[in-house]
This record gives sequence, structure tokens and C-alpha cells, in this order.
Amino acid sequence: MRRILFDSLMRRPLTEAAPVKDEEMLAELGASVERAARRRLGRSLSIREVDPGSCNGCELEIHALNNAFYDLERFGLHFVASPRHADVLLVTGPVTRNMREALERTYNATPDPKWVVAVGDCAVDGGIFSGSYAVIGGVSGVVPVDLHIRGCPPRPTQLLKGLLTLLEA
Amino acid sequence: MAALLDTIEGRKIAGHHPCPRLVVDEDGWRFAASQLSAGHWTLLGLWGDTGAVHMAVLDEGAREIAVVTVLCPHGRFPSVGALHPPAIRLECAVRDLYGLEPVDSPDTRPWLDLGFWDVQHPLGERRDAPARRALYPFLPTVGEGLHQIPVGPVHAGIIEPGHFRFTANGETVVRLEQRLGYVHKGIEALMAGATLDTAARLAGRTSGDSTVAYALAFAHAVEAAMNVDVPPRAIYLRALMAELERLANHFGDVGAICNDASFSLMHAQCGILREKTLRAAQSCFGHRLMMDAVVPGGVARDPGAGCVAEVAALLEEVRRLFPKLVELYDNTASLQDRTATTGVLRGELARQFGAGGYVGRASGRAFDARKMPGYPPYDRLDFEVPVFDAGDVNARVWVRIREVEQSLALIDQILRRLPAGAVRVAIDPNGEVREGLGMAEAFRGDVLVWMRLEGGRVARCHLRDPSWFQWPLLEAAIEGNIVADFPLCNKSFNCSYSGHDL
Repeated sequence: MRRILFDSLMRRPLTEAAPVKDEEMLAELGASVERAARRRLGRSLSIREVDPGSCNGCELEIHALNNAFYDLERFGLHFVASPRHADVLLVTGPVTRNMREALERTYNATPDPKWVVAVGDCAVDGGIFSGSYAVIGGVSGVVPVDLHIRGCPPRPTQLLKGLLTLLEA
Repeated sequence: MAALLDTIEGRKIAGHHPCPRLVVDEDGWRFAASQLSAGHWTLLGLWGDTGAVHMAVLDEGAREIAVVTVLCPHGRFPSVGALHPPAIRLECAVRDLYGLEPVDSPDTRPWLDLGFWDVQHPLGERRDAPARRALYPFLPTVGEGLHQIPVGPVHAGIIEPGHFRFTANGETVVRLEQRLGYVHKGIEALMAGATLDTAARLAGRTSGDSTVAYALAFAHAVEAAMNVDVPPRAIYLRALMAELERLANHFGDVGAICNDASFSLMHAQCGILREKTLRAAQSCFGHRLMMDAVVPGGVARDPGAGCVAEVAALLEEVRRLFPKLVELYDNTASLQDRTATTGVLRGELARQFGAGGYVGRASGRAFDARKMPGYPPYDRLDFEVPVFDAGDVNARVWVRIREVEQSLALIDQILRRLPAGAVRVAIDPNGEVREGLGMAEAFRGDVLVWMRLEGGRVARCHLRDPSWFQWPLLEAAIEGNIVADFPLCNKSFNCSYSGHDL
């Protein structure tokens, strides 16, 4: 174990530079993020991930945000276990009818001020699953959404860009 | 024992490939159930159709697969689950989706229909759903000092939703009961009437972590149905993608299992290997998870000549780093203390349920779809299927470690032999009715896809995730363990919610 730790110390860090924020996403956020709330929370945001129907592809890439290359925590962003500790809900997938109530309850359990970030093409409008008897559609059909990060699944850099935009809007 | 086909009496359906499909009467269906129950055959899948139920069975000794069909003119069929428990949840799903009743099934509760849909029996005779949702009765537990812990559907980590109902006595789990179906998206209904392109994209989004394996099993089924020969280069590229997917997932799992035992160093190091694998995939195939890269008839695009050097560099790096991590895993007593003898799955249960992947192989069941039924190019490649007998979390970690080593050796061979030439043939789904069955070995086990093509489109497609036969075994493996070890056991199984819920 010591050897691995020592090697890691001697090596240059794998962590990559932060991506620049996205103008398009900034525009979407402009109206929804209040400056007062932003000041109160500072640069630190707690994120609760909710999967109300994803194929689990988005989850894999959200997981990757915690690896050495993207290192989400250096920006003051970290994942929390309960919506009651969260400022941001990161919601993936189309919302299935079977998960609607759970998503609503998770949203209601999150204290104000809060933001909802919908992740992935399915989260926009149900994507490839829209039209199914079992699917409601995009996340905004159930809870208000402040920011969409598109992709199938979005790459970690795209996720990072979206979250940093939220942080600095 | 006589070979599978000789023992089933039924009417053979023309145009079903590569194995036969036989329509049997109720007695023939019961006979098949008794063969499964006696352990002569293994259940590969059971699914509904319009007015009929199919099941795929495997005779491991004879290396034969057959699909058996029973017609249900009165909306009923004899329950297989009554004799053979692995069929129970599959039959509940048939009841929810098709309204076909498994007579004498031990479980009459809904499974995928949690009471939130507008329709009942969405794939069968649709009717409006009842306005009120019935309460779901969990299995009773009786005894002094027992308490229940309900967990989910929204869990604490970045994972998929599902409900776990623990009954514990102090710290010890007396019973775990799962309730799934939360991410049911109606994939099979979306498949019906879809073009091959759309259906292939849907198949690739059944369980995102196994997108290559699903696309591959789907392609195998289409190619069997249409009798299409895939160009050799495409066959090797598919195997390259499948092994890269296996590597990425095994790295992720080994790290995550150790992380659930609070050993975050392994998690961080394995995360690096996983990321590097995904980056190689991105640069070769244009997508980190390689979604939509495998298509019926071949692969979507040729990665070009640079791909070989790229993947070879990845292999070199993995070979340099991974052995150190294996040594770290093996020599950290505090970690072994958590994984060894935890969550033991008995070998006979693994065999009874036909558990695939690391769940089966850690409990003595050597089945691997790459070997049986087998598909190219694996018949021309040299590799072993690692098997352990302990059945604990530790054994499931070791299967993954050994499989990483096998995948590295496989990729070596693939890169060396990668043929030149075309990577795709056009498939013309003529209007004929054709049926096909396809399998592929995903990182967590064998994926089975069955389909009927009609009028140039998909008429019916069923996708069976390996998790169907692994989830119930997790309930068995956790019994007698402490509640705090559940995350560890759960991660060592790493079943798919989305693949199961469809």
C-alpha cells in the first residue's frame, strides 16, 4: 500500500483543468438563480443524485465526476446521501410513472433554496422512451428544472461544465 | 439422458433460428417445468406474447437450447414457478404485461405494475387501470424482537432505484425482500412496431452499463432470424468492444466493492483504470460507453488503424498497474476481513437459478455464453472461464480479477488477428415472419434476446437481463449477515435495476 501511495505522491496529478462555463447554459440559468441565494450558499453546493428511470448510463458518467481526472470536490461540489442535505438535485432519465411519486417526495424533502439539474437526453423530454405507457416524459413534467445537460449520456466534462455554470451564474 | 429436442413433443415452428421453437400442449409445458425442477435443464428465460407464453431452456450436458411455447386461448397457462422458483418473477411480469395468468403460481402479487399506469396489461388485452392502488403485501416475518428496515426506492448513493425490505433481529438480517419495477420504461412495448434501427438503439439502452452486450445480443438475434453473415472484421471489433466494456465495468466494480468496505484507495486507483478504458473506447469508437456502436449486420464505424496502438497502450498500462492493486487487495487484512465469508451464495442455488456471470462463477457455475452456445470470434480465441467455489464477496471479487486478466489476453489476440475488410453488411428486413434468438455475455452474465420480425419491423422483442436470476439470489446470500454488510453484498452482485425492470 505504501508503494502505491508513494507513487501517487511522486506522480503529477491526473486531475485536469476545469472546463470553461457554457454561455447557452448560462442563459438558461439567468432567470432561475437568485443572487441572494447564491451569496448565502457561497461556492459550495451539495448534490443529491436521483434516478427516476434512467438506463444507468448517466449514473456511470456522474460517478466518473468523482474520479481523479475530474475531481468534482475541488470545486466545492459534493454528493450527499439525503435530499435533506442537498442544494441541487441531479436528475437522470425519463421519469417513469412508477418513480413519479418518489421524485416528487425527494424534491419536497429538499430544503429551499434548491436547484434541479436534469441530466441526459431522456431527462429533457423522455428521449427514446417517450410515448411509452410507463413513462411520463422529461423531468420538467414533474418538478421545475433550472438547467438541462444534454447527452446520451453527457460526458463528464459536459457534466462538469454544466455544474460549474450553475456555480458561477 | 436423451438430448433436449428428442424429449420434447411439440409442433416445430419454421423460421426460428438458430435453435428450434416447439409449440407444446399443457402437458408438454408441465413436462418442461418438471425437467427444470429436476435440474436436468436450466431456465434461460420466460416471456409473454400475444396469446402465448414462451420459455427458453438449456440442456447443458447436450449443449442445446430450445424455445418452448404454450398457447393460452383462455388467458391461462400452468405455472412453471410452482415447480421451479426461478420462474416466479418472470411469470409475475408476464401476468402484469400480458394479463396471462400462471395457474397455481405461488406469488399472486404484481411485480412490474406498481399501480401507477393508466392501463392494465399494456402488451396484452389493454384495459383501463383501476382507480385505486392495492397495498402490496410483503412476506410476513414472525418472531420476538424482529424489526423492519425499509430502504428505497431512492437510495443513498448514485445508484438506481428499488425497494429493499429488511427484517432484522438486532444486527442480523432475517429476511430481505426486494421490490423492483420502479424504472420500468415499457421497452418491450416501444420495441413492438419499431424499425431495426430504433429497436437496436432501445436494446442498447436497456441497461446502460451493458450497452455493448445488449446491442450484440440484439444483433445476434436479428442476424439469426435473417440468416445474415457478418464480416470478419466486424466480428473481431465487436469482441474488442465487449471486452473493453467488461474491463471498464470490472474495474469499476472491484473499486466500488472495496469502497463499500471503506477502502477508498482501491476505489481511486480502479477509477483511474476505468477512466482510461473509457477514453480508449471514446477515441476508437466515438463514445465512452460505445453506445450504438454494435448494429445489426456489423458495427457502426471502422475505428481505423490508430485504434490498435491506442488499445495496446491501454493494455500495457493496465498490466503495469493492475497487478499492484490485486496484491494490495490480497494483502490487506482489514479488507479481507470484510469480504471473506460475507454474503455466501450456495452452489446449488446458483445452479438452480442458472446464475450467470461472476455470481454464478463465484459459486461453482461455469456457464459463459461466449463458450455456450458460443459465438464468433470466441470459438477461435483462447481463454478460460475462471470459477471459484466459496460463493462469498471475496470470490466474486476474484472472479472479476481473473476475468480482467482473461479479457487482457483476449484483446491481445483480437488486436493481433484483426482482419481487414468491410465492417457492416446491409440487412434487408423483407416482409417475412422470421424469429431469432441471440445471446451475448455481458460483464454481469448472459443477456438473452428473442424477437419476431414481421413486415420489415420488430413485431415482438424480449430482452432478458442476467439480473432476473441474480436478484433473488441476493435475498438468499444476505440471510444471516449483518445489515451493515448489505451494501458490500449488493455491490458484489451489482445487479441491474433498469435491465430487470425493462
